[in-house]
Amino acid sequence: MTLDSLAFQMINGLASASGLFFVAAGLSIIFGVTRIVNMAHGAFYMLGLYLAVTLADRLPGPFGYWGGLLLAALAVGLLGAAVEVLLLRRIYHVPELYQLVATFALALILNDAALWIWGPEDLLGPRAPGLKGSIELLGRRLPDYDVFLALAGPAVLLALHLLMKRTRFGRTVRAATQDREMVAALGINQALLFTAVFALGAFLAGLGGALQTAREPANLNLDLAVLGDAFVVVVIGGMGSIPGAYVAAVLVALVKALCIALGTVEIAGWAFNMTKLTLVAEFLVMALVLVLRPQGLFGRPHGAPARGLASEAPLRPMGGTGLALAGAALVAALAVPLVATAWAYAPVLALDMLIAVIFAASLHLLMGPGGMASFGHAAYFGLGAYGTALAATGLGLPTLPAFGIGILAAGAGALVFGWFCVRLEGVYLAMLTLAFAQIVWSVAFQWEEVTGGSNGLIGIWPDWPFDSRTGLYLAALAVAVVVLCLIRRLIFAPFGHALRAGRDARLRAEASGIDVARIRWLGFLVSGLVAGAAGGLYAFAKGSISPETLTVGRSIDALVMVLLGGLGSPAGPVLGAGAFTLLQDTVMRETDYWRALLGVLILALVLLFPGGIAGGRLRR
Amino acid sequence: MRSAAHRSPLLARLAAGAALLLASVAATVPAGAAEPIRIGELNSYKAQPAFLEPYRKAMELAVEQVNAAGGINGRPLELITRDDGGNPGDAVRVAEDLVTREKVDVLTGTFLSNVGLAVAGFADKRKVFFLASEPLTDKITWADGNRYTFRLRASTYMQVAMLMPHAVKANKKRWALVYPNYEYGQSAAATFKTLLKAAQPDVEFVAEQATPLGKLDAGAVAQALADAKPDAVFNVLFAADLAKFVREANSRGTLDGTFVVSLLSGEPEYLDPMKDEAPQGWVVTGYPWYAIDTPEHKAFLDAYQKKYGEPPRLGSIVGYTSIISLAEGLKKAGGPDTEKLVEAFKGLAVSGPFGPFTYRASDHQATMGAFVGTLGQKDGKGVMLDPVYVDGASVLPSDAEVEKLRPNRD
Repeated sequence: MTLDSLAFQMINGLASASGLFFVAAGLSIIFGVTRIVNMAHGAFYMLGLYLAVTLADRLPGPFGYWGGLLLAALAVGLLGAAVEVLLLRRIYHVPELYQLVATFALALILNDAALWIWGPEDLLGPRAPGLKGSIELLGRRLPDYDVFLALAGPAVLLALHLLMKRTRFGRTVRAATQDREMVAALGINQALLFTAVFALGAFLAGLGGALQTAREPANLNLDLAVLGDAFVVVVIGGMGSIPGAYVAAVLVALVKALCIALGTVEIAGWAFNMTKLTLVAEFLVMALVLVLRPQGLFGRPHGAPARGLASEAPLRPMGGTGLALAGAALVAALAVPLVATAWAYAPVLALDMLIAVIFAASLHLLMGPGGMASFGHAAYFGLGAYGTALAATGLGLPTLPAFGIGILAAGAGALVFGWFCVRLEGVYLAMLTLAFAQIVWSVAFQWEEVTGGSNGLIGIWPDWPFDSRTGLYLAALAVAVVVLCLIRRLIFAPFGHALRAGRDARLRAEASGIDVARIRWLGFLVSGLVAGAAGGLYAFAKGSISPETLTVGRSIDALVMVLLGGLGSPAGPVLGAGAFTLLQDTVMRETDYWRALLGVLILALVLLFPGGIAGGRLRR
Repeated sequence: MRSAAHRSPLLARLAAGAALLLASVAATVPAGAAEPIRIGELNSYKAQPAFLEPYRKAMELAVEQVNAAGGINGRPLELITRDDGGNPGDAVRVAEDLVTREKVDVLTGTFLSNVGLAVAGFADKRKVFFLASEPLTDKITWADGNRYTFRLRASTYMQVAMLMPHAVKANKKRWALVYPNYEYGQSAAATFKTLLKAAQPDVEFVAEQATPLGKLDAGAVAQALADAKPDAVFNVLFAADLAKFVREANSRGTLDGTFVVSLLSGEPEYLDPMKDEAPQGWVVTGYPWYAIDTPEHKAFLDAYQKKYGEPPRLGSIVGYTSIISLAEGLKKAGGPDTEKLVEAFKGLAVSGPFGPFTYRASDHQATMGAFVGTLGQKDGKGVMLDPVYVDGASVLPSDAEVEKLRPNRD
């Protein structure tokens, strides 16, 4: 590798950075004002690309092409406005994370809608008219379109800057980003502001997608791929900061370009292929930035969230009805093996539900009483699963010790990652957990010799008496009961009170002598151990594990389960996880478009029970 | 073809959807009084629709044909398909569901290697017959092979080995590799390096780009490959990554005059989306449905086009041949008894659209091959020129070698 090639790759990286910036800027603006973590943002990007490819195929000439791009972005902006008015406006009064669930459901629906409209095959759009050639640079050819993109990023940055600084709309947006209550008190129409901001964010995502027409085919995997990248860029730059998003996009693009340009390097006689790092480069950068500068590069510390958990009602011990219901549920659970002869699938599905319940309960402890949302809880689930699997297959340990090792592995992970995470707040904390989860995932994904790489490990079956469907189910039931009782006990113990005190009023809790960081760290540890137990059971239930146990998708599923169930009640995760697993199993059987159906059902639940199933039940 | 399909009016789409639904209902209704033999099929329909929609269509066609010809000793086939969620955990639950609730007699399907391996492990544990139709990983028949699992498609090793004579013949010294960074790409690259080094000891591997699947930074990777100044490139990228890579390489001229061998790029699923930008001169494995004039393939092609009004993809071949294989195996075993079926599949001879092939007794791998040819252009789209069918048996290691690769022999 020469200096020339490195320099060229850096210039090249600016084009990729612009693409990232458009999506990230939209996400950042939406979050800054509305505090919505928009999970449908990647879907907006994908739709922008699909629409642009479709229009470019139909509209003739260069005007058609470029006009089509703009039209596609505008259409996505309109869709964003419609989503805000028809859906999000109905759920602004509930904690912000529920809007995350709603947009997640929306993303599921939009993906299936794209499949239905455009079909399964990738659609490659035409090249951009007028920009098909390339320029000579350092003895290499740089496509005109890359030059255009590299310039378009700063141009949009400038336009957004002027919009924010010079217009009344921009001033309102900035004011709302800093203090939403005050803006409302000054008589500014918040509803209109939110709609406009959401539409602008969606428009930018659509534009980002549309501009990729000349570079990549429209396909159905884009939404998730882009969403992750956009989040990372927004968090590195600082949430709500548009210049921050641009700097972060450039930083991420340059790090990746460097990895690609370096190729295989030899360090002390040991060859390492740097290109493999591109799998996780952005998350490494994010983890580093968040550890060193918790608000992101350009972020400002936000005040306490306006409608966060601060107003959470105190937990009350379960009354007579609650105990009776719990007892009835336990009796029903114990009866499952009895129907197994007639209905052999019952313990199989019930086992999956129990594993989901344990996993959701561990996340609920962190999110509910702990007030720490984790977007990367799969890390501890996966560590538990891998720990158990490696102990059972590699070390050849019997079932119970292997299970124990899995739990300890997850606990160790929680101890290390938790130490960094508990120092942060809110979305930054959530994103750091995600970064750690992605790093663990990439290790499991690439460490072929130990973890089996992307294929994972197989042949992890438990010993007698757990090797039958019913045996393992009963064991899991025992674990679930122990875990739920333990968590309940912890919540009402002084530890639980301290944890909640730290959540509701950190300063006051610290003033009264509670070491909040330490208590939260402990909460992290317990949560990790419980998630590890769920992971260990999962490994034995499936007989195999793969890096999929560590993916963002699994973390998000857990998040949705907890929120569906309701944050305010320890019964929440049981109801949420049970309902989610049952729903998913049912819809997967019923229709090809099961993701959309699942999305619709989740939306219905969110609209019907805006505080979660348990929350809604208690409120009535 | 593709654009015509996606521009059809809404009503036509709805009608087609309804017809499909009816067809699938019709396909699952028992044809006579005899108890049907139930085939449980699970696959990542949602995650890999481009490959699997033609796959499912062809399975339904095959079931129809088998049943029209009298079924298995008078018993009709019944096909039950399920989405496996695209991940091993859900797939194992779906497999349990098929076995316990739907009471299926055999399992088949799966696309992703990790899902295929997990279901193979499940089949071994629960002693259920499993025909892995699509997953390419070598492990499913070798390192992690088991008694109850057979695999239809030519494995990663076989696909690489099929291209090897062309790579050797080109006699290039400096090779660069680009592959998606997961087991399929890694093992393809490793196999390629081993086989080429053995055939041509003076070969040099000058660059190796392992790219994240679905998130290729195409411009940077194309440039980095060119900077290493290779004489030849071995490519394992596919789907959206491939289209991005080819477009960037074209506009940068980074592969001009470079010899390229490429895995799977001749499959219509990956070739068609590139339209008139499909690369030329690459030596690829694939499925040139337009250039195969054997009677077996002709019959399949006609029946498929008649039923669905569109050309088949490679997915169609895999789906069709899976069902035909199961039908042959069930006939030979005299019914769906699992142990008898396992024995019947050892050395089972099947005649599919690609002609006759067998399931090897030694490693449970089918010898169905693939086509190797050079990419070119015809009527504004990519095609394989002068495709040659390579029999899978000719590229597989011998039974004695396989014995060493397969520790858990039954």
